Amino acid sequence: MTGEGAPIVVALPTHLRTLAGVEREVEVAVPGPGAPTQRRMFDVLEAAHPRLRGTIRDHDTGVRRAYMRYFAGTADLSHDDPDAPLPEAVASGDEVFRVVGAIAGG
Amino acid sequence: MGQVRILVGTSKGLFVATSDEGRRDWTLDGPHFGGWQVMHAKGSPADPNRLYASTWTDWHGQVVHRSDDGGRTWEAVDNHFAYEGDVGTHQWYDGTPHPWDFKRVWHLEPSLDDPDTVFAGVEDAALFKSTDGGASWSELPGLRHHSTGGIWQPGAGGLCLHTILIDPTRPERMYVAISAAGAFRTDDGGESWSVITKGLSSEYIPDPEAEVGHCVHRIALHPSRPETLFMQKHWDVCRSDDAGGQWTEVSGNLPSDFGFPIAVHAHEPETIYVVPIKSDAEHYPPDGRLRVYRSRSGGGEWEALTEGLPQEGFFQNILRDAMSIDTLDPCGIYFGTTGGQVYGSPDGGDTWTTVAGHLPRVLSIEVQTLP
Repeated sequence: MTGEGAPIVVALPTHLRTLAGVEREVEVAVPGPGAPTQRRMFDVLEAAHPRLRGTIRDHDTGVRRAYMRYFAGTADLSHDDPDAPLPEAVASGDEVFRVVGAIAGG
Repeated sequence: MGQVRILVGTSKGLFVATSDEGRRDWTLDGPHFGGWQVMHAKGSPADPNRLYASTWTDWHGQVVHRSDDGGRTWEAVDNHFAYEGDVGTHQWYDGTPHPWDFKRVWHLEPSLDDPDTVFAGVEDAALFKSTDGGASWSELPGLRHHSTGGIWQPGAGGLCLHTILIDPTRPERMYVAISAAGAFRTDDGGESWSVITKGLSSEYIPDPEAEVGHCVHRIALHPSRPETLFMQKHWDVCRSDDAGGQWTEVSGNLPSDFGFPIAVHAHEPETIYVVPIKSDAEHYPPDGRLRVYRSRSGGGEWEALTEGLPQEGFFQNILRDAMSIDTLDPCGIYFGTTGGQVYGSPDGGDTWTTVAGHLPRVLSIEVQTLP
């Protein structure tokens, strides 16, 4: 996908929906050229919703925060290379990319 | 008629209690930021409708919020706290080097005269400043780059800068306290810092009178005598009458000199308050009795204040930022517990009432006296 098709659908956890003032699912259109990646998807998401900066990924390194997880369908994408192409089903918008808080209690 | 507003930071949100100057009947609003740990919230002395709040969770890290209408509505502002220059290392609990790593903001201290200027004390210990209402933050790196910075070690709660005091007569002079590094003073607005620990003694470090390593829990001052400082340390209540140049223990007849908060009466600069806690391992008051202790002599001689406070079966703690005063006459004093109660006294501690009884764990209390 190059952003010319359907956008990626990102589902956010409760705290981040409130912070960004959005519904549960946010559409993220990642411009081409090239297949969308985690990093480019989050870059677009954070540019549209600057209050999310630092709350999912580290401000400076872009590394996923320790208690955040990324799921799509039944797959755990948390440890995928952020510069690798996203799975086709996510990139096409058919499968929701879910940002989830780890079961950390409290 | 005056009004008092209490900003109650809890482990699951911010609550705002308001009352008229009688301070017996309270209206509770909240939670704001439900589910977030509100480490601290404080209003600007120059504009009481300008509030800042530090909100944090393990999941999402730090967010700072600002209100321009006294806490009715809030907006998120900048949450990027980047250390200046070489990040370097401090010491970990076991004495090994550990890279400085930002975790969260413990304390927000607004400027005395500019609502857009606010200081932030953070973990790992550093001091940041915003001059644009929180839209951006810059470190004052002279503190962290102090010659002793490499040997600072965290206390149980982390290496946190939790206390910021501004001298109202010369705002370029500030004091900060860090657990468990100690206390520091700047006379040039934060460019350079001096250790102010002479006279402190701490048995839990190899050299009890070392320059750094003292676990200072809280420092307070009265604005009319800004060179007199009162300190609650991890054991010992102390005072200094020369801006931290020399400390003297004033624990006197306290049942325990371990505790967290310390506060000074609004109109009596030698009247101070602490809440004794049994020990560093038993974070509840001696005998299960919640007693605030008041000294009218700047320490040494203390009296228990108990009327209206539970005198049996109380096994909670009162955290370092969870006590505050108003400036009405008589002075009101307030504190929150780790069991979610907020207690207030409208008469300088003689009698107490429950402001709120069933909140989440109280992390911080700040009081605003409004016209």
